[in-house]
Amino acid sequence: MPQQDEIPNRPNLLQRIRYSIFPSTLRTEKAREGYRRLFNSLILHFRPRNVPEDTLRWTLTWGLGGMAVVLVFLLLGTGVLLKFIYQPLPEKAYESILHLQNEVLFGRLIRNIHHWSANALIIVAFLHLLRVFFTGAFHAPRQFNWVIGSGLFLLVLFSNFTGYLLPWDQLAFWAITICTGMLEYMPGIGLWLQALIQGGPEVGPGTLSNFYAIHTVILPVSLLILMPFHFWRIRKVGGLVIPRPPGQGSGGHGQTVPAIPNLLLREIVVALVFIAFMLVFSMLFNAPLGSKANPGLSPNPTKAPWYFMGIQEMLLHFHPIFALFVIPTLMLVALFALPYVDYQVNTAGIWFASMKGRQMTFIAALAALIGTPLAIVADEYLIEVAARLPAIPTWITNGLLPFAVLLAALAVFYIFMQRKYAATNTEAVQMVFVLFLVAFVMLTVTGIWFRGTGMKLGWPWAGGA
Amino acid sequence: MTKMKKTKPLNVEKENRPEVNPSRRSFLNKLWIVLGGLVLVEVVGLVLAFFQPRKTRETAGEPVGIVEAGAVDKFTLSSVTAFVRGKFYLARLEDGGFLALSRKCTHLGCTVPWSSKEMKFVCPCHASVYDIRGEVVSAPAPRPLDLHHVFIENNIVRVDTNKVIKRSAFRAEQAVYAKK
Repeated sequence: MPQQDEIPNRPNLLQRIRYSIFPSTLRTEKAREGYRRLFNSLILHFRPRNVPEDTLRWTLTWGLGGMAVVLVFLLLGTGVLLKFIYQPLPEKAYESILHLQNEVLFGRLIRNIHHWSANALIIVAFLHLLRVFFTGAFHAPRQFNWVIGSGLFLLVLFSNFTGYLLPWDQLAFWAITICTGMLEYMPGIGLWLQALIQGGPEVGPGTLSNFYAIHTVILPVSLLILMPFHFWRIRKVGGLVIPRPPGQGSGGHGQTVPAIPNLLLREIVVALVFIAFMLVFSMLFNAPLGSKANPGLSPNPTKAPWYFMGIQEMLLHFHPIFALFVIPTLMLVALFALPYVDYQVNTAGIWFASMKGRQMTFIAALAALIGTPLAIVADEYLIEVAARLPAIPTWITNGLLPFAVLLAALAVFYIFMQRKYAATNTEAVQMVFVLFLVAFVMLTVTGIWFRGTGMKLGWPWAGGA
Repeated sequence: MTKMKKTKPLNVEKENRPEVNPSRRSFLNKLWIVLGGLVLVEVVGLVLAFFQPRKTRETAGEPVGIVEAGAVDKFTLSSVTAFVRGKFYLARLEDGGFLALSRKCTHLGCTVPWSSKEMKFVCPCHASVYDIRGEVVSAPAPRPLDLHHVFIENNIVRVDTNKVIKRSAFRAEQAVYAKK
């Protein structure tokens, strides 16, 4: 080994420091190479050495998981910066935001990035969830990773929700007031839970410090623990689902290529382009900031954060027990139970399960797309069961009855589709999922854009919303 | 590549150890689990205690408890007066009875403004409507506006805002009258 003797006799300070960290790098080229490899495998621990070439296809993942990771890191970075300026007290919070925006160098930009990244994260994470669902990536052996992913999605929602209050403007104050007001309807523990979260009888100083602690410590730490778990599980099952056309069995994975540079390069491209996009977007659009919170004046209309608008819209049609407890609970249970249904066929890697599945998805989406607005309008202007039957409690006329009607409509649709397509339960579950998905999206869209003053229905361009 | 160090098989050491009573061992193991569970309960309790409503902070400064509203005659019949500090409305019904209505909408907790023109409380959040007695005129509010205790001494109206009284409907005995 010719390089063995290259250690200088009297190393200088820098060399000594380097030697103390990487003991053998001064000695041989080979050892240096070894360290480099160790370093690489440490950093890229979550990536296998080789990946199937098919899974590199952009249209398999759309880069959504990677974008979500990018957003999380953008949020952590900007969040730490904001923490230097922000003061979580009702008298000071709003002023500290004003100070941030008007006097701190790039303060407004940092806040914008944080705001838009948080909102984008919900969308990106949700699209990622849809991608995983529609490529059947929740089938065995990936079931538990679906559960972890759903948990991550809930964490993202809670992070957004707790962050929503912090600016302490009218928008924040009243959105959190009505959202924590919703807890009251949870049977049994509702009032206790509400007081616990609010840290008092109403939204106030206690709420702000609770939310601040949850938003800046508990949720980020939970995210940082769950995320690596999520990625590690992907590696454990041998990477992503291998895309295949409908009708083709799941064979081996064609050719494999080294992850570095093939996968790494693609990930870096997605990350850089996406960061650039978020940056430009944050320069062009300012995060909203209303006037300072005034507990004596509810703005009209008062709306929940947009990701909860679907639930607020349901509130206008169902008794609170159903809109806030029964239906959301059922939806959550369904989300977590989804991968554990005893499926007849494993369709991992096939978009929408099969050709039949594609048709059924399309019809279900169309049905919900047309049916939901019709039901909303009918309920708004035509149906007045509660008013006609004042003797019966409203939780029946306004809750159980419409709920039963909806379930009956669902059953009729289901039986009709089963007669027509004789589908496997994989396709049937997908159809029901799409039905609920599109209906919920339509409710959310209605709530955001079609509800004006006094929460009356109206066109968005009529100046209502 | 790093070399894995060979680990000794675990049972080598075990063989040299004196016999341990297996039932005692399993008992001790269970004890550990129970103690661990106890610690967990304590930690959860501690966290919840930290979340509990902060009463001292809420009422820092002046105590808000009992609000002196003013002389009986100050309030005209069929009128509603807002008290910002106590966060309630003092309503005087057409027959002279007093009701202290919480300004919090029973639907989701928005603040309901009084419209003296329409003689109604109209919630801006989800369009619940209440009449002067706090009764629901129009859903989605599930119950009438909450009440606070009103008491009248020496023709002075006072309201105790510490307690919130929930009710399912307006009844005549809820209104408080000045003694003649």
